[in-house]
Amino acid sequence: MKQTRPITITSGRLVTSAGVREGALRMVDGRIAALGDVTAEDGDEIVDARGGLVTPGLVDLGVFAIDKPAFHFGGITRAALMPDQSPALDLPSRVSYIAKSGKPDLWVHPLAAATRGLEGREIAEIALMREAGARGVATGRSWIADSGAMLRLLQYAAMLDMTVVTHAEDAALVGSAVATAGEYATRRGLPSAPAEAEAIAIARDLALAEMAGARLHFRQVTTAAGLDLVRRAKAQGQAVTAGVTPAHFMLSDLATVDFRTFARLSPPLRSETDRQAVRAAIADGTIDVISSGHDPRGPEDKRLPFADAEPGMAGAETLLAMVLSLVLDDVIDLGRAFELVAGKPAQLLDVEAGRLEAGLEADIAIVDPDRPWVIQSAKMAATAGNTPFDGQPTQGRVTALWKGGVAIGG
Amino acid sequence: MTASQTPPHAARYPAGARAFPHRDLLGIGQLERHEILFLLDEAEQWVALNRQRTKHTDTLAGLTIINAFFENSTRTLLSFEIAGKRLGADVVNMHAATSSVKKGETLIDTAITLNAMRADAIVIRHGSSGATGLIADKVDCPVLNAGDGQHEHPTQALLDALALRHSLRERGAAADDFTGLTITICGDILHSRVARSNLLCLQALGATVRLCAPPALMPAGIEAMGAEVFHDFDAALDGADVVMMLRLQTERMSGQFIPSAREYHHLYGLTAARLEKAGKDALVMHPGPMNRGVEIDSDVADMIDRSIITRQVEMGVAIRMACLEVLTRRSRGVEGWGEAA
Repeated sequence: MKQTRPITITSGRLVTSAGVREGALRMVDGRIAALGDVTAEDGDEIVDARGGLVTPGLVDLGVFAIDKPAFHFGGITRAALMPDQSPALDLPSRVSYIAKSGKPDLWVHPLAAATRGLEGREIAEIALMREAGARGVATGRSWIADSGAMLRLLQYAAMLDMTVVTHAEDAALVGSAVATAGEYATRRGLPSAPAEAEAIAIARDLALAEMAGARLHFRQVTTAAGLDLVRRAKAQGQAVTAGVTPAHFMLSDLATVDFRTFARLSPPLRSETDRQAVRAAIADGTIDVISSGHDPRGPEDKRLPFADAEPGMAGAETLLAMVLSLVLDDVIDLGRAFELVAGKPAQLLDVEAGRLEAGLEADIAIVDPDRPWVIQSAKMAATAGNTPFDGQPTQGRVTALWKGGVAIGG
Repeated sequence: MTASQTPPHAARYPAGARAFPHRDLLGIGQLERHEILFLLDEAEQWVALNRQRTKHTDTLAGLTIINAFFENSTRTLLSFEIAGKRLGADVVNMHAATSSVKKGETLIDTAITLNAMRADAIVIRHGSSGATGLIADKVDCPVLNAGDGQHEHPTQALLDALALRHSLRERGAAADDFTGLTITICGDILHSRVARSNLLCLQALGATVRLCAPPALMPAGIEAMGAEVFHDFDAALDGADVVMMLRLQTERMSGQFIPSAREYHHLYGLTAARLEKAGKDALVMHPGPMNRGVEIDSDVADMIDRSIITRQVEMGVAIRMACLEVLTRRSRGVEGWGEAA
């Protein structure tokens, strides 16, 4: 489906990386034609934003399932799919199939499995998967424990000019742990690993990436020590970026009380001190990307004892509201909020989207940042309602969404 | 003797069901000090009964108790079975070691199945922390936690407290709590639900609790639960009134935690010579099963005047009778405890 008629959105507050300005935005042939002091032309479809925010569609870097209703609810028009599928995205044929799977109204950008079967040993056919549409390379849910294999992977990815998305938890330290070591894990008798497992993994991977000259993206950095390492590497000019999901800036390990498996995540929830460090890192720019980590899990994966349950949360629907809460809390401004959920991830994936700029894809949302709603596990659009935010009142909703200039659900 | 008879310290509890307002017994962490004392006092009548020739009442006649053990157990299962039978209940044991029961919905399905069979109380042991609470949410009858992962084992802590109380009384102590006592627990604290439940219970009853283990077997942040942490066993023993030894739970260990049993014994084994570092006439406890020659020497385990290990086992039956009797009061329509189901 292609855009057949130009659309002009009027009376909006345009959210650009430079800040928020009042104005209009015109979409023609699936692209942003102009924005700012723009007037509709004859024959345009006129959409009155009624003072709402006009924003780029969200680009969700690192989801585990393609879940269109949830993505569209959350204003997500592009999602980078983790290779942890069944089977793993470790063959070009699987990548090319996935790359087309969401079109036209959701673009899925596959992340190629770094190693065959995601087993952390043999490098997969990354170059062929790039040809098939892979927008990056990912180690998957786990860390590559073998330092030699990781170095060779980083060298190979650097040669191909592909970003390596990695999971930062030292595998041997973590073992079968399901919680962060500390008072709460001890009180509940949960197998736990020290939070330092993250910084140890980051330190090694930064050193290897520097040797290889590779671009590295840590999908989730959740501890003060890990963030300090990233901050220092950035200051020294290393090509490194960091992401996080809302769980780690909204919740601490206190949320695992009563063995609530919706709060069973990977990496596990951290201490309150680390949660505050994540918020500070979002504010100072150490964290570049906030993604949903969308991982819907049904009762067969979650209605279990905590340690036996699978990790992950359904996050697509709540991503925007949680990031907007950072704006309300004066952690960041609106322009930066959308850099975190759209601009920067689009840049990392090297796609022509994620910002309000003439010439880019017309992936556009209208957002009412004040609209209140209550997150309800039982009523979610996602294929499963495993949210640790169940029952929480929040605000900020997408009221209209376009992918490539074509309205979704309208 | 019947349950309606006045327990020895009736004045210190609220009346009726407010003395123990919980439907389930999932952990010591959910109990108030007076609720712990209530269960201990209730158990006294069963201690007396168990020492008679005819060890039987019909208090729970007609009730069905299911012991659902998802993890291997000999002594705890036997203790619960005897407790139920002496109370006159119909007791059924369901053996379902975790290896043979497929995880997943099966645990919930099992709970729903047991519920459909109209059990009047379900006793559960499971290898995962929090599993008994998960089952309790799905069933209509009281659930007793007989050990969940590394979380809690409340009846063990209660029976330890009862055994200790009896031993102190024999020595002429007037108080029935443990104010002023220093109790050292040494062993595999990390993997031990017994250590967690005992820490909570003994502290609630006024004791100072020291925990001793090599660093790899000491859980992070346990100081925040009020314990004094030691790695040097001799220092941990210094002046202690009670020494409780725990075994190494090798079945829960992944990876190497100690170099060898021999070396562990060298550093943490309770020998007669080492026991001298503790307070005069310090009591020795062990929840069993013991590994003689590893964490405890035979001559210490068998000291007639010091070791109360067999008394712990004896008190186990009485405590479990008390828990089963109290938790079924509501469904039996005991006066002041709500309607009969």
